[in-house]
Amino acid sequence: MTDLPLTGRARPDRRPHTLAEWRAEGGYEAVERARTMTPSEIIDMVEAAHLNGRGGAGFPAGRKWRFMPERGTSPGDGPSYLIVNGDEMEPGAFKDRFLLEAMPHQVIEGAIITARATHADEAIVLIRDEYRPGIAAVEHAIHEARTAGLLGDLTIRVHPSAGRYIVGEETALITALEGHRAVPRKRPPFPAQSGLWGRPTTVNNVETISLVPHILSLGPQRFRALSRTEEGGTKLYGVSGRVKRPGLFEAPMGTTARELIERAGGVSGDGQLRAFQPGGGASGFFGPDQLDLPLDFGHVARAGSMFGTGMLIVLDGSACPVGFLARHMRFYARESCGWCTPCREGLPLVAKILDRFAEGRGRRADLELLQMTAAEAAPRGRSFCDLMGGAMAPLASGLRMFAAEFEARLAEGERA
Amino acid sequence: MSLSPDLLARIRAASDEHGGPRAAMLEALKLIQHEHGWVSDGHLAEAASALGVNRAEMEALASFYSLIFRHPVGKTVILLCDGASCWLNGAEEVREELKRRLGIGFGETTRDGRYTLLNVACLGGCDRAPAAVVGRDRRLVGPLSPAGVAALLEDGL
Ligand code: FES
Repeated sequence: MTDLPLTGRARPDRRPHTLAEWRAEGGYEAVERARTMTPSEIIDMVEAAHLNGRGGAGFPAGRKWRFMPERGTSPGDGPSYLIVNGDEMEPGAFKDRFLLEAMPHQVIEGAIITARATHADEAIVLIRDEYRPGIAAVEHAIHEARTAGLLGDLTIRVHPSAGRYIVGEETALITALEGHRAVPRKRPPFPAQSGLWGRPTTVNNVETISLVPHILSLGPQRFRALSRTEEGGTKLYGVSGRVKRPGLFEAPMGTTARELIERAGGVSGDGQLRAFQPGGGASGFFGPDQLDLPLDFGHVARAGSMFGTGMLIVLDGSACPVGFLARHMRFYARESCGWCTPCREGLPLVAKILDRFAEGRGRRADLELLQMTAAEAAPRGRSFCDLMGGAMAPLASGLRMFAAEFEARLAEGERA
Repeated sequence: MSLSPDLLARIRAASDEHGGPRAAMLEALKLIQHEHGWVSDGHLAEAASALGVNRAEMEALASFYSLIFRHPVGKTVILLCDGASCWLNGAEEVREELKRRLGIGFGETTRDGRYTLLNVACLGGCDRAPAAVVGRDRRLVGPLSPAGVAALLEDGL
C-alpha cells in the first residue's frame, strides 16, 4: 500500500469508504499528527518531500503555501480560504474523477491539513457538475467527518460548477465563486495576497491535496523515495486514445511512456505509435523517440513539452493527426471565456482552418497563417490568460511533427 | 407557473451558504433547473428578486454556463463527449447514429420532448471512450458504439 499511497486503498468498484472503514485503514491519523505540528512545520515537511502541484503547472506546493499570511497578519477582516480544484476538464484527464469518487476521505484529510498549513479558515471543494458521483461522495464524507468532530474549526463545503473549462483556471475559479462570469484575473496580485473576496486564498488540485496526508504519514524521505526523479511521490498517470486498455496507473514519478503504454495494453489501431501528448490536450506532441523519457514536470519541460495533468493521449499510425488537432482546437475555441480578442477570435479561426485541412481542402496561405498564429501566441503570447497559449502548444508542435500530413491535405491545386 | 414557496426559501437560504446573494446566483439557477428542467425568463426574474440581485447580472451568469439550460430540454439530456480521446475511439459514428435514430441534430430536442442531444467537453471518461453522460443524475456511459445506441436510448426512458 505504501508503494501506492493514492490508490492502494481504493476498491475496484470505486465504492468510497465509510468513515469507520477509512479509519480502520489508518485514515485521519495524518490529521491527528498535523494537529501536533505548527503550520510552518507542515510546510517544511511538504517542501522536503518535493511535492509539486498536480493541476498542471507543477509549482512546488510548499512554496505556494508559504505565501499565505499568518492569522491576523493580513490587512482587513475576514477569513482566509483554501480551494480544492476539482474542475477537471482538460482533454484526456480523468484522474481527479477517480480520487473524488473512490477516495473522498483522502481529499478531506488533505484539505484539513492544507488548511492548517495555510492558515485557512474555510475550504471549498469545487467540482464540475458532470461529476455527480464525486460530488455526492465528497459531500457525504464531509458530513461524516463533521459529525465525528474531525474538522475542528474548519468550515468546508462543496461547490458544484456548471460547465465551462475556464472555471478550472485558478483566478477564474475565484471569480466564479464570487458569482461572476468566470473570467481570469491578472496576477499579481496572487491569490495568496488577494483571492476570494479579496482575502488570502490558496488553490490546489485534487491530486495535490490527496497526496498531502501521505507526506505526513510516510515522512518526507520515504515520500520522496517513491519517485524515480527529483520530484517527490507517486503520480496518478493515465493513458487514453489509441491504446487497448485505457486507464489510470499510479506509478513512481518519472515513469516512462513506454511503461505506461505497455500497462495500457499497448497501442491499438495499426499498433504503431505515431505520437503522444504527455500531459493532456494542451501539451506539445512527443514522438516514439521520447518513449523512454522519465515523465515528470522537469524532464518533460526540458524536452520541449509540458507535463500538465500527466495524462497521456496516444495516436497510432492510422489516426489522422490533423483531424485530432482540429478536435482539440474546437474545444479550446468553444471554452474561451471571450474576454480577450486574440483568444475569442483567433481560436475559432484556427479551428475552422484545421477542419478544412482535415477534409483535404487546405490552402497554402492558411498553413502559413496557422504557423504564424502558433508562433506568435505560443507559449504565452498576447492573450490575457494561458488558455490560448496552452492551445497553441500542440498546434505549434503538431505543425512541425505532422508537416507531411498537412502537406498531403492541401487542396488539389495548392499542392504543387 | 411561479416558483414554489419552498424553492424560493431554498434560494434565499443559498445566499447564506454561499457567501451572499451574488455568489448564490449559480446555486439558485441550479435549484430552478433541478425542479423544472430548465430556467425560463420568468423563473430567473423571480429568483433574482428573491435574492435581491440585478436580473441582468443573473442572466449574464446563466448564459455563461453551458449546463444551465435557458430553453426547454427533453426529459433525458444526452451529453456526448466531443473530446479528442473519444474522437479517436469512434465518437463520430456514435454521434451519427444518435442523430439518425432520434431524427434530430445536436442542440435539438425530439418532437415528443423525450430527448435532447448536446455536445460536451471531455467528460473525464476517456478510459471509457467514447463516453457520454445521460439524464438528470448525469450517469456516465461508455464505451459507446453505434450498435449500442439503441440500448442506451431504451435505458434512458
Ligand atoms: S475525451 Fe471523451 S471523455 Fe475524455
